[in-house]
Amino acid sequence: MYIIVVGAGKVGYHLARLLMTQGHGHEVMVIEKDRAKVDLLSMEFHDAIMEGDGSTIEALKEAGANRADVVVATTGNDEDNLVICQIVKLMFLRPRTIARVNNPRNEELFTGLGVDASVSGTKLINAIIHEQVRAGDMMIPLLSLKAGDIEIVEVQLTRSSHIVRKKIKDLTLPTGSIFIAVIRGEEVIIPYGETEFQPEDKVLALVKRESEQALREML
Amino acid sequence: MRVMIIGCGRVGSVLANRLDEAGHEVVVLDRNQQAFRRLSEKFSGERIVGNGLIEDFLRPTLQEKTDILFAMTDKDNINLMIAQRVKLNFPLGEVIAVVHDSILAGLYKELGVETVCPTDLVIKDLLQMLQIIKESA
Repeated sequence: MYIIVVGAGKVGYHLARLLMTQGHGHEVMVIEKDRAKVDLLSMEFHDAIMEGDGSTIEALKEAGANRADVVVATTGNDEDNLVICQIVKLMFLRPRTIARVNNPRNEELFTGLGVDASVSGTKLINAIIHEQVRAGDMMIPLLSLKAGDIEIVEVQLTRSSHIVRKKIKDLTLPTGSIFIAVIRGEEVIIPYGETEFQPEDKVLALVKRESEQALREML
Repeated sequence: MRVMIIGCGRVGSVLANRLDEAGHEVVVLDRNQQAFRRLSEKFSGERIVGNGLIEDFLRPTLQEKTDILFAMTDKDNINLMIAQRVKLNFPLGEVIAVVHDSILAGLYKELGVETVCPTDLVIKDLLQMLQIIKESA
């Protein structure tokens, strides 16, 4: 697939890197406004990064939006992410657009205006990788970081899970692990002490390899 | 008429002044308080400091019957997002977005968003002037 990623901030950079390096075999082009960032990243991305305002027709055209399979707008400005997706749909007639939503209150608007998927950082990582992972296991490794020392895992809770109906502040998490998101239906919750787990919740956690077993047992 | 203008820049402020002088009810929103210095001393409309992309700043004004809204900040994409949100969420007479990129302006017109393109207007004017010069030469 040919994938254009607009914005080389934290989300854009890591997404592009993941798509390029994890053997997906995708062709990727990153569009970034900030020249210094482009210079820095071109050591790693070579020809797969270009300087330009990716929220304009010209830059998207230059990046080859007319042959892109997916365009992902990851900038820090929701208005740019929205217009990027709409340009791609209207001008380049490409079928798949994904927008990062910085302000969660814009999510509904994005969907109403024809953006195929609007996601927060966590949800984005989840959605893209979800297709690649095997289901069934209770704890699904989503993303391996630092050569496997740390993992992002997803756990589908059930009624029998130990932590259901409990608040995070009442749990003792194994050292080297932390909950990063709770997905409840369409909603993504960034958990804090008062967050109470419910059956059917999907829980995303960041865990060190050596703590994985302890976390598994706790859940 | 009751008019809301988002973006009190060089064009927005003059439009606000003119409409106010003509007796219309004008509400101007800008995220920068200093921008209101562009309004004339006689301006009698309402000034709101706020971010036009956040609905909370628009709702108090748009809850009342408003005939027309101009989204005219200096950023095309902001204007387009404001216009689309307002069209979806408020029953307004007319919503107009100022879009400097000519192609973008055309694209959104097709999508049903009314746009005005300053670039196109200037070019049209210049070409007309050229035509006049040619004819008198």
